[in-house]
Amino acid sequence: MLKMTPLNQTHRDMNAKMVDFGGWDMPLHYGSQLDEHHKVRQDAGMFDVSHMLPVDIKGDNVRSFLRQLVANNVDKLTLPGKALYSCMLTPQGGIIDDLIIYFLSETWFRIVVNAGTADKDVAWMLKQRDALAPNLEITPRRDLAMIAVQGPNARAKVWQVISGSQAATEELKLFQSTVVNQYFIARTGYTGEDGFEIILPAADAPSFWKALHAVYVAPAGLGARDTLRLEAGMNLYGQDMDETKNPLESGLAWTVDLKSERDFIGKQALLDTAVTQQLVGLVLIDRGVLRSHQQVVGQHDGVEYQGEITSGGFSPTMNQSIALARLPVQIAVGDEVNVIVHDKKLRAKVVKYPFVRNGKALV
Amino acid sequence: MSVPTNLKYSKSHEWVRPEADGTVTVGITHHAQELLGDMVFVELPEVGRKLKQKEECAVAESVKAAADVYSPISGEVIVVNSPLADEPGKINEDAFSAWLFKLKPSNASELDGLLDAAAYTELVENEDH
Repeated sequence: MLKMTPLNQTHRDMNAKMVDFGGWDMPLHYGSQLDEHHKVRQDAGMFDVSHMLPVDIKGDNVRSFLRQLVANNVDKLTLPGKALYSCMLTPQGGIIDDLIIYFLSETWFRIVVNAGTADKDVAWMLKQRDALAPNLEITPRRDLAMIAVQGPNARAKVWQVISGSQAATEELKLFQSTVVNQYFIARTGYTGEDGFEIILPAADAPSFWKALHAVYVAPAGLGARDTLRLEAGMNLYGQDMDETKNPLESGLAWTVDLKSERDFIGKQALLDTAVTQQLVGLVLIDRGVLRSHQQVVGQHDGVEYQGEITSGGFSPTMNQSIALARLPVQIAVGDEVNVIVHDKKLRAKVVKYPFVRNGKALV
Repeated sequence: MSVPTNLKYSKSHEWVRPEADGTVTVGITHHAQELLGDMVFVELPEVGRKLKQKEECAVAESVKAAADVYSPISGEVIVVNSPLADEPGKINEDAFSAWLFKLKPSNASELDGLLDAAAYTELVENEDH
């Protein structure tokens, strides 16, 4: 039996093509994935991301627990409502999940984790809680729904729908959040566009979705979500990283705080590891489409090397194929590599990612 | 969308239109494009290539996946629909006009082994359930 979000029937009523996404019955698209992608880049689209899980951590000194639990430093969170992107690591430095932590108060932090890893994440958090801070209360919030509204006009459309929200959220900077009535509104997203991610009671989700649709926010499925996040150069858990990879070889060194005295789970392993691989961006020069798991080959200083595409696809904004690939650290921006596609070797160029931000191609 | 009755079909979702001059035109079906989603790339066979029936001869790639196209019958490729390479979305708009290539059959009797519209419709319906 597939798991369903509170919007399942709403998606079906809008003729979504539904697919099994890691055990969840989710919309892939509502007609055209490409149209949905462009709508988000040029206007506003909305995604049901209720399969992701908010986890509330409450009690005395939550911050001290989180200092040990995650690789980024929660001491960067000084203003209530501020959000932080981080990895949660195994003692070996492998990535258990990537997540966003919201600082609501010193006694209440909220963590949003991926759908596919939610059960193991919560189990890990509870285990660490029992060892480090047994008095904290950890509550998975399956009673909540989450809707991402993304695009250059996304915020203005949300303001039309939630009364009083403009005054409350207009001054929010990126990675800040606030609460307006039953809506938890964060200026975050997974598309490279402006917009909000909104957490609300499950029962209110269908009417909120329909109200957004009425002001011409386009429903967008997981297909567009994937091409948008790839263009935005954002990692997908399970594809670009997992427990066998650490953040330093996954393009996420910027999310790891190794400078402060603070100890955290996985820190020693990261300090002891020689980093030999990196994530790079690729743009295909020849005609074709890059896909995950294709092999990358090349020569560096006369030595053959191999790598692999972790996420690949067609970029609707750039009208060519792009990818994230894991390659040896010696490979640099501007290098040319070969990708084995079917029985051919196609040429691709190593580029700095993100590929697209705020509607514009950067490479 | 209805399945045109003037065409023949392969089990691998190619359509075939026998022309008056003895050649045949080949494309992929509406059902095939529906399964694949928005098309983003098409690789066509080289003109002059001699194909055996069921041989891989083209690639149709969508946002979602790459699909091999198989030659429905044996023959020589005499012309390909080159403009389609720049506008693969034409396949989504109308799969039965967005042809891929034309063949000069080397064994026209193979056409008799293909499905007619009714048989192909049944095949698709059985797939769906």
